[in-house]
Amino acid sequence: MIIISVLTLFALGFIAAGILAVASRVLYVEEDPRIEVVTEALPGANCGGCGFAGCESYAVAVLNDPLMPPNLCCAGGPDVSVRVAELTGKAMGDADPKVIFRRCVKDQGGVLKRFQYLGAQSCAAANLVLGGPDACKYSCLGFGDCVRACPFDAMWLENGLVRIAPDKCTSCGSCIRVCPNSILELIPRRARVMVFCSTQDKGKAVKDVCEAGCVNCGACIKKCPAKCISTVNGRIAIDQAACLAYGPECGEACVKACPRDILRCLAPDAVAPAPHKEPAHIPDETHVADLNA
Amino acid sequence: MDTFLLFISAIFVNNIVLAQYLGNCPYLGCSKEKSVSIGMGAAVIFVMIMATVFTWAIQKYVMIRFGLEYLQTIVFILVIAALVQFVEMFLKKMVPPLYKSLGIFLPLITTNCAVLGVAILVQRQEYDFMTSLLYSVAAGVGFLLALVVLAGIRERFVITRLPRSMQGVSIGLIMAGLMSLAFMAFKGMIA
Repeated sequence: MIIISVLTLFALGFIAAGILAVASRVLYVEEDPRIEVVTEALPGANCGGCGFAGCESYAVAVLNDPLMPPNLCCAGGPDVSVRVAELTGKAMGDADPKVIFRRCVKDQGGVLKRFQYLGAQSCAAANLVLGGPDACKYSCLGFGDCVRACPFDAMWLENGLVRIAPDKCTSCGSCIRVCPNSILELIPRRARVMVFCSTQDKGKAVKDVCEAGCVNCGACIKKCPAKCISTVNGRIAIDQAACLAYGPECGEACVKACPRDILRCLAPDAVAPAPHKEPAHIPDETHVADLNA
Repeated sequence: MDTFLLFISAIFVNNIVLAQYLGNCPYLGCSKEKSVSIGMGAAVIFVMIMATVFTWAIQKYVMIRFGLEYLQTIVFILVIAALVQFVEMFLKKMVPPLYKSLGIFLPLITTNCAVLGVAILVQRQEYDFMTSLLYSVAAGVGFLLALVVLAGIRERFVITRLPRSMQGVSIGLIMAGLMSLAFMAFKGMIA
């Protein structure tokens, strides 16, 4: 009996193995072996920062599409880009490292609450209730949807305002996608000047709700010699590429022109809401911006 | 009418996950998003039907003939594991889009005890071939239903205030238990 059962199991095992062996030959799918190599070179974070569903999808695209640049992996940084370029035989592009920037200083502006919100603790849910509990409808709602979305622990909440650790940020953009008020923006790490507010309102409407907010007066637009500041979707936008290309010769004229100190130099000494107009320190082009003013 | 009752009872009254407590690992692991749960459920239905067909034939034409019914569990595990491997290869070659969408779930099904459970239950109830086939479809649909309902509930937790100790698997297990209790209300439907 034991022999029959052992033989039956062996026979079934051999039959199954035989069928699988034949099937693996007949159903063999030839794959580019480089896909595995490139996938292994990528960090495997599957964060979607490159615009693809995961690291493998990007590896397939970068190998098959001759126009696909090798430096799209923001999580891996320059080292991974160089490795991917080597493996695919492509030229490295000019990757400008980026970082997330929070366009809101509602703690400095003393933004009041319109009502007490007791619903689901999520920015998306709070935004559905009359645009959120803050008197400014363009402010950081402070429930941390972006903090939960960040795969790299580069964000945290402090006093109802999101904070960013630039050294951990890989600029994957996961947080931008979940922010209902669009206060997060990707800027070059070496950006010199940024608007610390994302309001689309003007003058009195802003002054009524926030002491620090941008009144969209347009003084910075007029004073910028490089013409890289404009109004996009009702709020001040800086063309960082043009700003960096022009260089520091302008002396940060926009920062000096701003009557509300809401355009600030991205340097540790210059971001506090001090009364002085002159930035205490003109940063060089390689500094890491202080994003948590 | 019997066939209809079998179908309804396998989905609601004797749900493979909520009443028979089989396949709890993928039930908790793949029920965080509705889209993922639908993919897993569809893959399980497919493999469950295939496994039932093959194990039914092996039981009838090999095991019973040689008096080896006591080897049922180990033989069924072997057959299901080989079958999942074959299905994976087949889909990769013949239906690449389906393989891509199910890719990560297929190897997981090898260790899904709901598949083995259905194959053994069919033998225990001594169903004929067509009834076995129908039962495996219904059990798979029941698995899919449980997965999708739990995923729908767990998606709501993202915007719900939960104590830290309750987040993640803890609340998932509590919800699984509550759902199981809720499905017990179907018990009286079919005597």
